[in-house]
Amino acid sequence: MSNEAALHHSVDVSTSHDTHGDGHMHHHHETFITKYVFSQDHKMIAKQFLITGMVWAVLGGLMSVLFRLQLGYPDSHFYWLEDILGKWWVKDGQITPEAYYALVTTHGTVLVFFVLTAGLSGTFANFLIPLQIGARDMASPFMNMLSYWFFFAASCVMLSSMFVETGPFSGGWTAYPPLSALGSASPGSKTGMDLWIVAMALFVVSSLLGGLNYIATILNMRTKGMSMTRLPLTIWALFFTAVLGVLSFPVLLSGFILLIFDRNFGTSFYLSDIFINGVGALPNEGGSAILFQHLFWFLGHPEVYIILLPAMGMVSEILSVNSRKPIFGYMAMIGSLFAIAILAFLVWAHHMFVTGLNPFLGSVFVLLTLLIAVPSAIKVFNWLTTLWRGNIRFTPAMMFAIGFVSLFISGGLTGIWLGNSALDIHLHDTYFVIAHFHIVMGVASMFGMFAGIYHWYPKMYGKHLNNTLGFIHFWITIAGAYLIFWPMHYEGLAGMPRRYYDYSNWESFKQFIDLNRFISTVAMIVFATQLLFLFNFFYSIFKGRKVTSRNPWQSNTLEWTTPIHPGHGNWVGEIPEVYRWPYDYGKDGVDFIPQTTPVGEEESHH
Amino acid sequence: MSDNLIMSQYQNTPSGGRIHPHKFTLWVAIGSICMMFAAFTSAYIVKRNQSKWLDIDLPIAFWYSTIAIIISSITIHLAFKSFKAREMVRYRTLITITAILGIVFCVLQFIGFSELKNHGIQIFGQGSNPAASFLGVIVGFHVLHVLAGVAAILFIFIKAYSSKLKNYSIVPIEMISTFWHFVDLLWIYLFIFFMWVR
Repeated sequence: MSNEAALHHSVDVSTSHDTHGDGHMHHHHETFITKYVFSQDHKMIAKQFLITGMVWAVLGGLMSVLFRLQLGYPDSHFYWLEDILGKWWVKDGQITPEAYYALVTTHGTVLVFFVLTAGLSGTFANFLIPLQIGARDMASPFMNMLSYWFFFAASCVMLSSMFVETGPFSGGWTAYPPLSALGSASPGSKTGMDLWIVAMALFVVSSLLGGLNYIATILNMRTKGMSMTRLPLTIWALFFTAVLGVLSFPVLLSGFILLIFDRNFGTSFYLSDIFINGVGALPNEGGSAILFQHLFWFLGHPEVYIILLPAMGMVSEILSVNSRKPIFGYMAMIGSLFAIAILAFLVWAHHMFVTGLNPFLGSVFVLLTLLIAVPSAIKVFNWLTTLWRGNIRFTPAMMFAIGFVSLFISGGLTGIWLGNSALDIHLHDTYFVIAHFHIVMGVASMFGMFAGIYHWYPKMYGKHLNNTLGFIHFWITIAGAYLIFWPMHYEGLAGMPRRYYDYSNWESFKQFIDLNRFISTVAMIVFATQLLFLFNFFYSIFKGRKVTSRNPWQSNTLEWTTPIHPGHGNWVGEIPEVYRWPYDYGKDGVDFIPQTTPVGEEESHH
Repeated sequence: MSDNLIMSQYQNTPSGGRIHPHKFTLWVAIGSICMMFAAFTSAYIVKRNQSKWLDIDLPIAFWYSTIAIIISSITIHLAFKSFKAREMVRYRTLITITAILGIVFCVLQFIGFSELKNHGIQIFGQGSNPAASFLGVIVGFHVLHVLAGVAAILFIFIKAYSSKLKNYSIVPIEMISTFWHFVDLLWIYLFIFFMWVR
């Protein structure tokens, strides 16, 4: 019995059998609420994730502009900001120190979790998994809907923390105790932290509900002929992403639960008898802040790959389609995704080299960390060889995909530096780290997301995005990304620490005043360019060029066999059967052969 | 707007006998819950090797609760078998006993903690030792999972009585039974863990 049949088995049995025959004739009528709000259609849920993610991206980006304003222009006064944001955030025309830390913390939390986890894998896992494996919907559309609404609730709570009297949490996105465990440690550790932790707990639930569904759908709901080795690489990447999430988010939740007990119920998991200014010695005994770091980074490191893998998968697909060539080394791509997923769980302590970790233990983590370079290099090699002598079509999606490869290489190389525990003594907590992870994980994944949006927009809305705006968006963003983060490497090598409020007070860092101003200026320009993209996105939904053919990119994968505006259920009539892998481009002189084409007798084997 | 209704529009796509997607989802969820408790217990081990660790004797009530939950696993297995044999009266009795045993288990865990409190071991609050707090948090979160199982039993019970249609799908009861056995095994693991690792 098929799984489609298994899922409605109960209905067939419970209703009388004569309704079975016309069971698929009746339409179910959708109201505005069931279609756009509490939708169980994976495509609508994907759009909900995407647009909520975009709202957060704008807010998070705006926060970075604000704190870059402080870093670039520490002596200037922006009195108009005071009128907009109020006295807690801006005093005498300058960002207050409390606000600065709140902005940095919230920027990190929002971008890592809300934009690049929910916004990226939430959008594309929901959108692409059923469409590309040939399923009507997710294994459990209801759970899928819950996943979005938990994310929405998390968003509301996180947003509300911006408006409390003591300000949002300001102890850094990693929420290390004691700043996160002690209300008296800083203003942001009071109500702001309570809201932060509630928001994050809701977010973990959302991720788990989503992840369970993605795994069950990929393994159980594939159409006939869609063996695992005929899956597009997007699906493989999203599969490993979901596995990473399902195995690592519960660990974060455990860490948060212990943190809640330390905050509210007087336990001593992370708190010890430290002295607090104005409070004195704490009554707690024997707690260890390092314990939290272990629990946090056991999620925190896989989280990096939760962000990056979906981008890798989409880039693989987009590079192949727009090079009109099969992806180079399909099995090697899967193997390297698998290797990255395994290694992701074995390297968390490289975030903790300077916490007093045993140096011998540290050397094991150095080795494991540097091993990640092997699958990463395999992937880069395969992307470059896919491009090699391809008949490349430079669509905006393709530009962003190539941009991703460029950023992944330049950001990945600095990872080799940071993975060494000896070098890390100098580089830890400097701008070198900021430059590294922003390029390799932040901007690169954003590029993967942009590539995905530009590529699948015709499928999402039945319209094309404006290409000219797309190219402007791409060139300013990639130039800006390098201009912002490249100079930070120099600052970091010179020992400039991260998280400082004002560097102009330090003799050693005064030399970077102009550089910081330059970075801040570019950051503002790049942020403004993203508004151009937003305009393109929303304008094109209504006024964009209409998609006239089902398969505008001449792509092989299944989503392009659906109608231009697919309804809930995706395919009219039967789900197509699959006969081949998705990368038959330029085979035997044929430009592309969709997966639904049976293998001909004279066809050569791949 | 259940997913069944939506799915019922679709024609079948023959794709070989695979596991029911909802059952599969449950197994992945069980893996996820395992990771959560793995995190708790490994944090416990890390913390144990640091200073000021209190050596706690487990209360007697935990032995009784262990017996209760093992029996409940047997009763839910029998309930599942009678459901398959369509012996609905027997099934209802057994599933009720299971739910009651689940609640008894939770009560016994609570009694265990008051026993500890009587011995002067404080679980939470000022002056508590992490060893006792760990016990409280881990056992507490296990109890939450047992209660989730009880809630699931109540849910299928109410559904069975309120629905006008007779539903003989074995998937829900099979899933609850799987989850129940898992929660049982999880407790046995935790119990042995707390006895050995002190």
